[in-house]
Amino acid sequence: MATFLASCVVAGIPLLFATIGELLTEKAGNLNLGVEGMMLMGAALGFITAYNTSNPGLTLLAAVLAGAGGALIYAIVTVTLRANNVVTGLTLTIFGTGFSKFIGQPYLGSSVPAEVSAFFARRAIPVLGDIPFIGPIFFRQDLFTYFAYIVCILSAVYLYKTQMGLNLKAVGENTAAADASGINITLYKYIHIIVGGALCGLGGAYLSIVRIPIWQEDVVNGRGWIAVALVIFVAWNPIKAFFGSILFGGLSILGMKLQVLGLDFSQYLFDMIPYVATIIIVVFATHKKSREAQGPGDLGNNYFREER
Amino acid sequence: MKKTLAILLVLVLGMTVLFTGCGSGSDEAAGGDGTEPTLKVGYIFIGAINDGGFTQSMYEGAMKAEEELGGQIETKYIENVSDGDISASTDAAMNLIDQGCNVIVGCSYGYMDALEALANSGDYDDVTFLHFSGNKMNDTNFDNWFGSMEQARYLTGMAAASVAKNGVLGYVAAHPYTEVQIGINAFTLGAQAVNPDVEVKVVYIGTWGDAEIEKTAAEQLIQAGAEVVCYHADSTATQVAAAEAGDVYAIGWNYPQNDCGDLYLTAAYWNTAAYFIPTFQSIMDGTFKPQSYYGTMADGLIAIDELSDAIPDDVKAKIEDTKAKMEAGEFEVFTGPIKYNDGSVLCEEGQTLDRAGIWSINKEVEGVTAISK
Repeated sequence: MATFLASCVVAGIPLLFATIGELLTEKAGNLNLGVEGMMLMGAALGFITAYNTSNPGLTLLAAVLAGAGGALIYAIVTVTLRANNVVTGLTLTIFGTGFSKFIGQPYLGSSVPAEVSAFFARRAIPVLGDIPFIGPIFFRQDLFTYFAYIVCILSAVYLYKTQMGLNLKAVGENTAAADASGINITLYKYIHIIVGGALCGLGGAYLSIVRIPIWQEDVVNGRGWIAVALVIFVAWNPIKAFFGSILFGGLSILGMKLQVLGLDFSQYLFDMIPYVATIIIVVFATHKKSREAQGPGDLGNNYFREER
Repeated sequence: MKKTLAILLVLVLGMTVLFTGCGSGSDEAAGGDGTEPTLKVGYIFIGAINDGGFTQSMYEGAMKAEEELGGQIETKYIENVSDGDISASTDAAMNLIDQGCNVIVGCSYGYMDALEALANSGDYDDVTFLHFSGNKMNDTNFDNWFGSMEQARYLTGMAAASVAKNGVLGYVAAHPYTEVQIGINAFTLGAQAVNPDVEVKVVYIGTWGDAEIEKTAAEQLIQAGAEVVCYHADSTATQVAAAEAGDVYAIGWNYPQNDCGDLYLTAAYWNTAAYFIPTFQSIMDGTFKPQSYYGTMADGLIAIDELSDAIPDDVKAKIEDTKAKMEAGEFEVFTGPIKYNDGSVLCEEGQTLDRAGIWSINKEVEGVTAISK
């Protein structure tokens, strides 16, 4: 049981990075559907850097910059040029997919150098790793995973306990009011879109560097879209995102586990659940009074100061 | 004045295109050893030529054929052509024909309808279409080809059983679909030839290629006790899972690519040159007749990689012996009595399955634990 739950955590980590990234973006009022593309860009540039430099630090930096670069394009187009959020995001996904295939082409079938793999190998945290049950599940993982925990906690503290986090919420909730209260909304939007993209890039790199250390096309394979659904599922809450990611990650492998146990379940069924669950949550959220569960009020709306 | 200029420009442009078209054709023909290539072969690939898997095995066969038939063949190809989209496959084929190709090789099942339409259209009677894995053909210029991968799977099953002390083998499978199930069953029968009590655990992952899912499935199988893992999916992620476990062996597929070092036992793969060379030769000789070609170990289309030293010598000898019998046509993989794992009979005592019989397999044999719904 503990080994299976540990596998669920592993499957959930790329989702967790991408979900927190998209969550921060949406909190700033921008709906970025380019998650899949940014993840692939992070995966590809991270891999190429690892392959050519054998340096784990530069690998992470490249993945972060790749995701952030994709997000920067998105930010310029939607925030400064005020283009449609949905269309721009979709374009970014298509662009990112093509870009990763294009720059990754010469590396197909190549492996991550041993130095990098060793750096990101699993290592138990002293003391925490020895806690019965919990330890093997959460604290005998790799550095990426621990970093994901930290990102998750920091973003929760940031959103709920700091002035900047409150300002960010205001920007997403009612951009005009935030603007009137003197918040630099353009700056806020840019920062959070770019940080969000960087996290998506890390999520992709986790797949191409740690999980499958052999480059292949489309290693992300739809996980970016699950992350977009997850943001709604967890009601824009980073702590819920932690559990949601592990749950959705677990669902993606539950069918296989049951097959190994000899039970009569199809993986196809479990592959549908994340989406079905999200649709149900959306329906319920719409009928609930809670504002929190319905997402930022100005999500996806472009802001023109002169139109107030 | 402006109009004539425009028309003139268009004409010049058209001529340029025409002449550069001719130019590149004759340029390449003049290259090499001076003889003009008689065949221009255009390949439509589903993946990239260095994917370490299916497309690479196709591409290397193509290169070998070009080398072997020195100077007579020129190769062109288009990679990453979607096979779910008939217009994409038609465009790719037309593009290759426009470049002067007179043989088109379609390397995925989904190209079938596009190639059939072109072959039967009457416009391309001088072009020969060779389609991998399909079941359609015509009498003049449309042929399909595949092979008895069950033979290679059987031999790799023998290899797997020889190193699994607890008799548990893991199999990461794409979909519960005939081609996959033939492989699982042949693998199991081979394993049983070495260890009758072997258990083959199968996980159907519901996709042809998702490296992360493939790896997770392999990890689940390893956790469930598998000491050897093998796969019918696109990537080598299963080998990576074996390498990370450190004491689990793996068997490759599609292309002899080793991604797990000493833990790599062998691979079942397509040696496509064995089909390309004689087929291209017959097209050049004018003796080509379309058929539904089913290559075997005897033809060399079906192959296994060199056997690892981890396999005990007596089993190695047994594998070589069985392989020799297959090549001599004295050994059939599906020879009765064989039962499905639900108790129904696949093959009676003394009966052997022919190609049609093999391709009507729709369940797993005894010894396999799998849920196929």
